Amino acid sequence: MKKLILGVYDDEKTLIKAIKSIRGNEVKLRDVFSPYPVHGLDDAMGLKPSRLPIVAFIAGTIGAASALYFQYWTLVVDWALNIGGKPGFALPSFIIITFETMILSAALTMVGAFFVRSKLFPTFNTDVIHPRATNDQFIIAIDPQKNSVEGDKIKTMLKDNGASDVQDKEVAK
Amino acid sequence: MSEYVSSVRQPLVKDVGSLGEVTEAIANPLNRKPNIYWYAFFIPAVIALIGGIAATSYQIKTGIGTWGNNNSVGWGFAIVNFVFWVGIGHAGTFISAVLLLFRQKWRNSINRAAETMTIFAVICAGLFPVIHLGRIWFAYWLIPYPTGRHLWVNFNSPLLWDVFAIGTYFTVSLVFWYLGMVPDFGTLRDHTKTFIKKKIYALLSMGWSGSAKHWSRHEAISMVLAGLATPLVLSVHSVVSADFATANVPGWHTTIFPPYFVAGAIFSGFAMVLTLMIIVRKIYNFEKYITLYHFEQMAKIIILTGSLVGLAYTTEFFMAWYSQNPLEQSAFLNRVSGPYAWAYWIMVTCNVITPQLFWFKKIRTSIPLIFILSIFVNIGMWFERFVIVMTLHRAQNPDGFGMYTPTGIEFTEFIGSFGLFLTLFLLFIRFGPYIAISEVKDLTAKKLNEEKGV
Repeated sequence: MKKLILGVYDDEKTLIKAIKSIRGNEVKLRDVFSPYPVHGLDDAMGLKPSRLPIVAFIAGTIGAASALYFQYWTLVVDWALNIGGKPGFALPSFIIITFETMILSAALTMVGAFFVRSKLFPTFNTDVIHPRATNDQFIIAIDPQKNSVEGDKIKTMLKDNGASDVQDKEVAK
Repeated sequence: MSEYVSSVRQPLVKDVGSLGEVTEAIANPLNRKPNIYWYAFFIPAVIALIGGIAATSYQIKTGIGTWGNNNSVGWGFAIVNFVFWVGIGHAGTFISAVLLLFRQKWRNSINRAAETMTIFAVICAGLFPVIHLGRIWFAYWLIPYPTGRHLWVNFNSPLLWDVFAIGTYFTVSLVFWYLGMVPDFGTLRDHTKTFIKKKIYALLSMGWSGSAKHWSRHEAISMVLAGLATPLVLSVHSVVSADFATANVPGWHTTIFPPYFVAGAIFSGFAMVLTLMIIVRKIYNFEKYITLYHFEQMAKIIILTGSLVGLAYTTEFFMAWYSQNPLEQSAFLNRVSGPYAWAYWIMVTCNVITPQLFWFKKIRTSIPLIFILSIFVNIGMWFERFVIVMTLHRAQNPDGFGMYTPTGIEFTEFIGSFGLFLTLFLLFIRFGPYIAISEVKDLTAKKLNEEKGV
């Protein structure tokens, strides 16, 4: 079990200001929870841009190359199909399946990587951080053990920056 | 980076007081018994679906002879319905992907319903070629796998391209749809009180917490998925058009087919989105989130794509004349004055003439008129595919001439596909997040901040 301090905010502008001010005071945030993607939150929290698009690029390249090679291998190497004496390696008519396979592998791999990387798996019992985090409130979660600043000080800091409520919350990990 | 808000543009949500109100408005109807309108659509839909299942079962057991297809017209209702439904399926991904890339925020409150429509329309579309196989228990022969026959599928065939294009389109649309719903399932999970519903929403939400890191990744991959889906949308109907265009049939063998089909697909898809959104708005009283402005925007896209389709029809005739190809000319003369000319003129009326009425602001802001005109487009676009397929009734030699009359089985299957589509759609709006809750909250928050002047 781990004890976290939650600061509850009612709107995004106060949230962003609070995050900037708290981080300015050398307090490390554990996470921030919001009901919709807040514009400018990544910058305020200092999050690096996601590298998942690179996954899509690599998977797409591999998908396209294997689809093209597979068509070549089946219709030229394994069983050369003579269609009206036309060349077996008919590149133009292989393009569509190459393209579709590229999109399919890029999309599926990227979304799969997203779920794995974010540790999102099917579960019946979700550890909900705050009942209104997916509804209409914004939550800053701070792990007091990971910070040199005392817990009580963190709480006042959250309050001073406009938190409508400050709570303790126990989470599994 | 703050976004520029034009004072000319109308607000995208109306009179919404708080973010919590959005959750309540969208999630509460899912916990209530549906109203009379829902049943008024659901019961006929299920009846049509049962009829369709019965007809299809009989047809699979007996054979393709139960259809009106013959040696001259080898493709009948099955391909017409297939192209019709795939076309409808285009607006969903167009709205969710292309409009996302162009940052058209008005898509936020209609994209989920449009994507849902795509998924179910593609399911309906996929059924027709499969039942047309005749021996559908061999449908897996379409997949390239190593067999005892040693022969592979023919990758040069547009029909096989279709398998890949439709398969990819369905899968990617499904993933895009689900990915967008994960946060909304999270909201529903935390909002629903019933135990079983809560567990099901929890399972579907994959433990979504609303963490900033997750949102950041979610946004990044949504953008990339939109980028991947955009060329995909354009490619799918191009491939469908290649089924026709690569055949050496006068009236089909033209290079205009891919753009012409794509424009037609978006045209018919938007018409179907309009029809369905008007129904959804009626069932749930969503005037706050689906405003007249949304309908106006879609009506404008209908004008554009309808005009593109009209231009394509004209170009075909111009090319028939300009090419001086007698076969091509006879095919098109036959279209306007042959035995199926009635279908051609229904098509022109519904696709080229009536959508132009949307130029009048009075008409494109009147819900009943939009509803009627959108149904006209649906009818017109079905007839467009019918007209194209019926080119076959006058082949190049008189010995191949022959007429096509659909049978009762084909009609029942066609109506059954509407039954399937509506049943799935109505069940979804009964249990699923039919409006993208988090995206509407984004709009609402901007609106509220604007009002507060921060």
